[in-house]
Amino acid sequence: MTPGEPLIRWDWIVSHFDEFAFRFVEHVELTVIAVGVGFVIAFGLSLLILRAPRAEGPITWVTGTLYTIPSLALFALLIPYTGLTVITAEIGLVSYTLLILIRNIVRGIRGVPADVREAAVGMGYAPREILWRIELPLALAVIVAGVRIATISTIGLVTVTALIGQGGFGFLILIGIQRFFTTELIAGAVLSVALAIVADALLVLLQRRLTPWTRAA
Amino acid sequence: MTLLGDVVRWFVDPAHYQGSDAVQTRILEHAQVSGLAVLVGVLIALPIGLYLGHTGRLGFIAVNVANIGRAIPSLAAIALAIPVAGTLLGVQNGLGFWPTLFALIPLAIPPILTNAYVAVRGVDRDVIEAARGMGVSEAGILRRIELPLALPLVLAGVRTAAVNVVATATLGALVAFGGLGRFIVDGLALQEYDRLFAGALLVALLAIAVEVAFGTFERAAVSPGIRLEQGAL
Repeated sequence: MTPGEPLIRWDWIVSHFDEFAFRFVEHVELTVIAVGVGFVIAFGLSLLILRAPRAEGPITWVTGTLYTIPSLALFALLIPYTGLTVITAEIGLVSYTLLILIRNIVRGIRGVPADVREAAVGMGYAPREILWRIELPLALAVIVAGVRIATISTIGLVTVTALIGQGGFGFLILIGIQRFFTTELIAGAVLSVALAIVADALLVLLQRRLTPWTRAA
Repeated sequence: MTLLGDVVRWFVDPAHYQGSDAVQTRILEHAQVSGLAVLVGVLIALPIGLYLGHTGRLGFIAVNVANIGRAIPSLAAIALAIPVAGTLLGVQNGLGFWPTLFALIPLAIPPILTNAYVAVRGVDRDVIEAARGMGVSEAGILRRIELPLALPLVLAGVRTAAVNVVATATLGALVAFGGLGRFIVDGLALQEYDRLFAGALLVALLAIAVEVAFGTFERAAVSPGIRLEQGAL
């Protein structure tokens, strides 16, 4: 901070709406790809765990270790191989979603009451139908809870990818730090938190839409 | 793989163990700021979490503070700590150790507070009623009944906080702090991939070591009575 400089210069904010819009799109793209790809991988691995419970230990160990590695370190380990690219950012971001998503998908499906499953078998449902029409709808609340956590974490982690040339709103934070310009770094931080809050609210709405029966209770 | 060779050479080069940028100095800086942040976090969050759990008050806030904590990006926490440290301690302290510490403390609080609350709430009400019937004071119930029973979950909260803090302390290098993030940030800036990769390895190993150490400690801290019960099941 240079002396005499106000904490926030509103005129700068007003004149940079175009840049905010651009960074917003970048931030949302990075997040949606990460959570989307993460979900597809997590879904596959969850089905594997449900079918072969022996796989649970190794899968939890690998995804748990990935989750423990600090984000900047994981990006840094990838840079020599994939460079300062979106690929590097996405490999890291996807890795962080796996533990949370797998845990919730498996827990959700395992939480379906056994008598419901038995009733479905008795009514002649094939295993595939039981999964798609009985288990998944009933597990949806727990699964969406996992998607919410994964989305919020990813939106936060996207800011770190500013260091490898991506970043969305994180780019504003990084430039703000480097120029010692508080207006820009506060703008980036506030917009990123706001995006997380809005995304979370949208997912809550989506969950209510998808599981109308939970509202009656 | 030439990179791995370079990284091994980087680690065996004696020059990297001398001066202010020595590996052991950076590890120590990293551990110091992380340890201090977790300690302050425990001192703030644990009493509040235990008290709220004991009384059952403000449960909604206690549970949701962890989610709010997750929504604050670590890079933003570091960035926002710059003006805070600058305003509180003067412009000369606006970079380096203080903003890093200020950014890490709020990240340490949510998991500790939420876990302490949930852990104490989860203690069997019958056990507490029995203690109360036997004339144990409220403070005695918290200290001698609830805390031992809640300890594994409380420690799990501290572990989550510690791993998050060690990870985020890496970003302190962006605000002119030392620590292991220095190797990553400098390696990036200078395009020295051996330094970058070595720093990343050290940070990853430190985080995993913290996780494993706390996990071991957690298992040792389970009260013998509970362990017996779990073994009997």
